[in-house]
Order: sequence, then C-alpha cells, then structure tokens
Amino acid sequence: MKRDPIDTSTASRPLAGQAIERIEDLRFLRGEGQYLDDLTLPHMLHAVVVRSSLAHGTLRSIDATAALALPGVHAVITARDIGIPVPRIPMRLDVLDELHAYEQPVIAEHKVRYVGEPIAVVLADSPALAEDGADQLIVDIEPLPVVTTRGGEAPALLFEDTGRNLAVTLRAVRGEVDAIFRAAPYTRREHFSVQRHAAMPMEPRGLLAFWNAEASHLTILGACKVPHANRRVLAGQLGLPEAAIDMQENDVGGGFGARGEFYPEDYLIAFAARHARRPVKWVEDRREHLLATNHARDAECDLEIACTREGHILALRGHAHTDLGAYIRTNGVTPSRNIAQVCCGPYRIEHVQIDVSVHMTNKTPVGTYRGPGRFETDFFRERLLDIVAADLGLDRVAFRRANLVRSTDMPWSLPVVMPWGGGSECDSGDYASTLAHALREFDWDAKRALDGQLIDGRYHGIAIGCYLEGGASGPREGARLRLHDDGRVGVYVGSSSIGQGLETVFTQIACDALDIAPEDIAGIFHGSTRYVNEGFGAYSSRSTVMGGSAVVVVAAPFKEHIRAAAAPLLGCAPDQVSLARAIASGPHGETVSFRQIAEHRAQRAEPVQAEGHFASNRRTYSYGAHATHVAVDPGTGRVEVIDYVAVEDVGRIINPATLHGQALGAIVQGLGGVFLEHLVHDEHGQLLTASFADYLLPGACDFPNIRVFALEEHPSPNNPLGAKGAGEGGIIPVGGVIANAVASALRPLNVGIHELPLSPAKLWASIADVRHESAGTAS
Amino acid sequence: MQVKLEVNGKSCEATVEARTTLADCLRHELMLTGTHVGCEHGVCGACTVIVDGAAVRSCLMLAVQAVGHSVVTVEGISLPEGLTDLQASFRRNHALQCGFCTPGMLTTAHALLTHEPDASEERIRDVLSGNLCRCTGYIPIVQAVLEAREAYRPKS
Ligand code: FES
Ligand code: FES
Repeated sequence: MKRDPIDTSTASRPLAGQAIERIEDLRFLRGEGQYLDDLTLPHMLHAVVVRSSLAHGTLRSIDATAALALPGVHAVITARDIGIPVPRIPMRLDVLDELHAYEQPVIAEHKVRYVGEPIAVVLADSPALAEDGADQLIVDIEPLPVVTTRGGEAPALLFEDTGRNLAVTLRAVRGEVDAIFRAAPYTRREHFSVQRHAAMPMEPRGLLAFWNAEASHLTILGACKVPHANRRVLAGQLGLPEAAIDMQENDVGGGFGARGEFYPEDYLIAFAARHARRPVKWVEDRREHLLATNHARDAECDLEIACTREGHILALRGHAHTDLGAYIRTNGVTPSRNIAQVCCGPYRIEHVQIDVSVHMTNKTPVGTYRGPGRFETDFFRERLLDIVAADLGLDRVAFRRANLVRSTDMPWSLPVVMPWGGGSECDSGDYASTLAHALREFDWDAKRALDGQLIDGRYHGIAIGCYLEGGASGPREGARLRLHDDGRVGVYVGSSSIGQGLETVFTQIACDALDIAPEDIAGIFHGSTRYVNEGFGAYSSRSTVMGGSAVVVVAAPFKEHIRAAAAPLLGCAPDQVSLARAIASGPHGETVSFRQIAEHRAQRAEPVQAEGHFASNRRTYSYGAHATHVAVDPGTGRVEVIDYVAVEDVGRIINPATLHGQALGAIVQGLGGVFLEHLVHDEHGQLLTASFADYLLPGACDFPNIRVFALEEHPSPNNPLGAKGAGEGGIIPVGGVIANAVASALRPLNVGIHELPLSPAKLWASIADVRHESAGTAS
Repeated sequence: MQVKLEVNGKSCEATVEARTTLADCLRHELMLTGTHVGCEHGVCGACTVIVDGAAVRSCLMLAVQAVGHSVVTVEGISLPEGLTDLQASFRRNHALQCGFCTPGMLTTAHALLTHEPDASEERIRDVLSGNLCRCTGYIPIVQAVLEAREAYRPKS
C-alpha cells in the first residue's frame, strides 16, 4: 500500500485517498497534547473512588469519621448522600427489558458484586490526600459466597429478585438446522473458549467536572465516544435539562471500545462537583483501570457443523456461554449478540442456529472491545473449519473458497437474532478476491511445504482465514458547517475521536466536499455536546462512515448558503455564483473570497452555516482474509509469528496512512489477546493480574513481521463516501488464524488447540500432555 | 518542602512532599504535562524522561531524588516551533495515533540515539520494548527511530 506521507500544501485533489500527514501530530509530538489529567482549574478538588475489596458481600456500614478528620479532606460521598435508591446506569445498545434488573447502581447501596465496585468517593485538596482519606475509611462488608464460574449448583445469587444468574439466552437463527443435521452425511462438534481480556488504552480514564451554581450549569471534561448519549443519561439522573450540561472531549489516549461509555464515575464525579460546589477531578490509576473499566471477551462455545464429505457446508449450530461479570452495563449484551449473529462470518451457510447464554458472575462487568463478539466467534468458527478440513482430507483454502458468499448472492442476509428480530445484510463485495489476494501476498503455494515441518527444533505451521467486519452503525450522525469570521470553515461533527486521526480524515473529506484547502478549515470540532444538536459518536467503526457522510451531505446546503451570501456582493443571482478554492465567482469573472463574505456577514447577526445529518440503518460490511506463518518451540511453548499478512477491502480509503495504522495496531492487539493478555480471577473473585507486570501487553519485540494491504474494490452502496467501517477488521480474524497455524504446526504431535490464550506455559503443557500420553501408550 | 531542580536546562523551584514522584512534580508543579503517566508502576514507559543523559521512569523516581541532576522532558527535546528530525520522522512514519505513549517513545529514542546513533534495528526494538504502545503495533515507531538515526550522527 502506498503510504508515503504527503504535506497538505503540495497535495493534489481530491485529498481523500492520500496519506495526508496528520494534523494532530504536531501537538502530540511536542508534548502539547491536552489529555484530561493535563487540565487544572482553580479551587479544584481531587476525587478518589473507594472500591469494594470483596467480590460479593452485604455492605453493612461505612465510617468516614477518621477520614473526614484529616486536614485537606473535604467530603466523603456514599450512597446515602446521593439518596437510596441511587440511579442505575441504563443500557445504550441492544436493550432488553428483562435485563434492566442487572443494571449497575452508580454506587453500591446494600450489596457489592465485584472487586472494584465503587462504595464511596473521597474529595480532598490533592490526589495524595484523597488517598490518605480513603485509607482511613472503615468499611464493613459481610462476605457472601462468590460466583466465579457458570453452571453447576451456583453458590449464591447475584440478584435475589431475578432468582437466577443466567440473565438471558439469545438465539441467532435461519433455516431448519435440526432437520439438516439429522440427514447430514458428516457432522463434527467441538468446544472452544476465549479468555477474559480487555481494551487497555494507555491513558487511564479521567473526568473533570464543574458546576456553575448561578447558571445551574454543569460542564464535564474528559467525555468521549458517545457524549450526547451520556449527557442524556446524566441529565436524567441529576434531574437537569440536557441543555444544562455540556460535555467536552479532550485529547484521548486510546479507547478501543471501552473508554467513553457511561461508567459509575461519570455520575459520581458530576454529583461530587455539584455537591462540593467546586471543580472535581478524578483520574483512574492503572490498578483501578484493571478493576473498574470494562473487561471483554470471556466466552466459550460448543459448535457443531454439518457438511458433505466434499466440503459443502450445510448447517452450523451451537451453544455459547458468555460471562458478563457482575452487571449489564451500557453495551448491554452486544458482544454476546455478535457471537450469535456473525458466527457464519463470510460463509454462505443456509441453516444456522446459535444460542448464547449470558451469565452473571462476581467479576468486573464486560463491555465492548474492538471486534466485540466477532473476535471470539471467528476463533470458534475458523478453528472448527480447519479441524473439519483435516478430518475430511480437504484442502483448507479450497474448502473455504467454495463456501464463501458470492458477489451474486449480495445483499446476503445475516441470521436474525432473537429476541430482537430484524435483520442485517452484507452490502457488497467479492470475498473470494480478497482471499486470492491474501494467498498471493502471503505466497501460500511456496509456504505450504513448510506446514507441519520440524526445522531446527521448531514446528512450522501456516493458516488462512476469512472474516467480515460490520461497520457504520446507525441510525444517523450530525454535522454542522459554519463560516467563521476569518473566512475559514469550521467543521462541527457529532463523531468522536478516540485517538485514531479523526481530525485529519475529516479535513480531507471536508476539503473535497467544499473544494477548499486544509488551510481554509478553522478546525474539526468533535466530541462535544456543544457543537451539534445530536451526535451518536465513535463506536462500531462508524466515525468516518457516518460522520464523514454527514459532512458530505451538509456540504450541499452550506454551499447554497455561501452562494446566497456572495450573490449580493457579486451583483448576481445565487445560482450564477460558482465556488472553487474558497472563492466565489460571478458570471463575469468578478470574485469575492470566503473571507470577504464572512466579513460582510459579520455585520449581520446570523452566520453562514448549515446543519444536517446523514441517516442510514444499513450497516456496511468490510471483509478480508488474513494468513500467517508461525514456528512453535515444543520445548518452551513459545510461538514466533514469522509472517502475518492482512488483506481487507474497506470500500473506500480516505487516508491510507491512518487506515494502515489502525489495521496494524488492531492486529497487534489481537496477537496480544491470542498469546499474552489474560485477566485471571481466583475462586474468591480477586483479580490476580492487576498490574502491567501481570497483565502482559505486546511490546516492541513481540510481533515485528506484519504486512497489511487495504483494498477499495467494492465501495459501499449505502453512503455517499462508499466507505465501510475499518477500525476493527484487523483484530477479528487473529485468534482463528493464529490458532490454526499453531495447530497445523503441531499436527505431527496431534496437539488439539481449543482454547485461547496460547501462552507459552499453556501450550507447553498441552504438548507435554500429548507426549506423555503417547509415551504411555507406547510402553 | 521546597526543592530546586534543573529541568530542560533551566533551574526551577517546586513545592513537593517527600512522597511526590518526579512525574507528578513535573506535571503538576512545573506544569510540564508532556510527560505522561500510564501505570505508575514502572512498566509502560509513558513517563520516561532523561536524567543526566539516561532514560529514566519518572514515576519510579521521587522528585527529591532529582535534586542535583539534570532532567530533560519531551518539551526539552522540542524546538520552539516545528518538529525536530526525530519528531518529523515519527510523523512521516505514522508512528503515533493517540499520542499518549509518544513523549516516552521520543525521550527513550532520543537518549538511545544520542549515545548510539548507529543502533541496529534489533537494538532499537530492544530498547523500545520498555515502552508500551496500544495503538500502533510498534512497527512504524521502530521505522521512525531507524530513519532518525542520521540526524544524530556527527556531521562530517
Ligand atoms: S507511568 Fe511510569 S512506567 Fe508507566
Ligand atoms: S499512540 Fe496510542 S499508545 Fe502509542
């Protein structure tokens, strides 16, 4: 992929499609970014959230006397100060009525249900003093039996009123699975699991809230992802009109799905600011992040396939179980729903039935993390396909190719997920061509010879897998274009940045839509409730597609307004005005610049601006194939990723450099999830991996050999840009592809791979087990 | 207590407690917020600053321990305007996304290349392995540091 960066002043038109250097980089590289903890306000207090040290228990009492006696400690806030019952945090996505009972109170009232659940907030003059205060708090919790696993006789109920720890069972369905299975010439059933891990952005969460008592107005800094939705929730909880709250995004140190959801602290810090009548800042530390911010994954599945002996897939059925932790948070059951819905991936499987049972346990709640549910379900499916291919003696590539959805099948519907009903369709694409592309780049035919070979003490294996990436969640996204007084155009969008180059990409889109240069843009204003009336934010790979399309849509009426404003200056009718390069020209060649138009307008009250939105409930589906070559050391269980090739068709590429970066970053995150990252709890529900020394993230030496190729062969028909979501694709197939390569390498030893992570210790143990067994049978 | 520190070539005074880390002192007393804090337990490297020429985790060092030493932060390796060759190389290679790890990457790379302008790719990877980045996958960062080596070599 071409990705030499281009200086905007010399760039040709259109800007979309070029690797424009990022606008954000200047401030970040000079240490001038403004992340939440970089902000201070006069008279600011610092908050520390006191959290439950037990996974399950009855909250008997909280004695704050000693804490309040410390100099510098101003207040201790508990559920009582807020008023019991305290507000619950509502589901934002995939809402189901029967799940309301599992929603999280903003602070523990009578019970605690996971280690890390907020029970009090201490406000003090400095973070250190607030910590001192927290240490002095005497909290009495009577322990209850702890639920850490599903199934069997549960030792306790998390929610007595519901009478069960199994919150709901979802079902994705199409066709007549059972009949097909009864008549199938071949079936195979396997059990797979993916461990609990998490998004883990490098900047921990943080908030800075201040209350203007005179104006009854609350401002929250540190918002991101979905500020409009969060404002609606907070306004309801605090009994304020939405207009009395502003939420502002600052520079954001990574989100990946976890940051910016409405967490307990989003209420508590706002409440504290109003309570104390002073600005209140809270910044999470890393241990707290590991305990309090959404966890992810944690799913297992019994998956069964029916096919002909020639490799025609007839049906897929299965039952997955997800561990959602102690509460159902804003994301509802999205990851579980996705496991069911995209279980077939890009394959043409007519008969499907996948049940997903969602279980509550005394652990940190689970939310969305890049490729939610998709990473898990792709691992289950792709692993099963390779097991079947090996069993039936089929070529793995031909088996996949023969079962891919064909371009003539488009639009291809995904299975319907109950109890919601309603469907979603793959919009366009040629899945076989990305597969062919990946095979070519990877040089599959040459590398096949290595598969299963023992070379210099290591077993080599290769694998390939195909996937779909759903993007562009509806329903709509807003944008506003405004001519500033200096003649530059302000671009106001409802999208949010989570650190992936939104300002640059939107500059490219706006410049092309308005035929102006990047210097003519006053700024990309995003992530604030002040900028547009309605915004939906950054999730599900939707920022560029939905927000970018909104800019394109609003550009037309904006240009009309400019023409109308220019017409009297040019002495002609608006429809005689033409616009190019921030200049309006009349029919006889006379011109006025945007600046002159703005100056003229500044004398009148109303600015030249247009606001509107792009609406679509049709999702886009990017797709692709990944291939890898690994070497496994049977003596240590260590796997080296020798080559990793990723090919994805994203419909339309706005900035090849940022896109390439997202894909690369996502793949390495995926590899972290495959090999390293594991949130481990003991039987008491205590998190054993509560620091970066125990929760391992990929480092610079781990995965140096990754090659990414982005294609734009099939633009989406569902939006004016033709773009499809592109933020998550990189991570989705990683588990399946790597596990298949490792299994293929270890085929001579007959080691079955059914679980992630493939940590050296676990892999070494599986190899040792098999060797032990075969030694046993031999003797 | 009152301490005198030498930061980015200037002598400054700050009021700290004995327990105040150098990172907190730089960020909240001296308002040098380019130094970031990602873990406070010495693993992520976002807080890396250069003390007497060596890359050091400012979350593991107390402010009082820095008295009598020269401290350089990302602000100190930046020009009054524009980008240094190292920074420009990061930009050209798209070696940053959210930018949170970036100051630590820059200070680490700067300390390395100042001493070893011919560092091999392997050496660069090895030294950067003490800094976590969740966005980029590291490949562009390594490339950016490789390409910046030229700027650190003595001009002949
Ligand atoms: S904050 Fe110092 S190493 Fe992470
Ligand atoms: S750029 Fe985000 S952590 Fe490195």
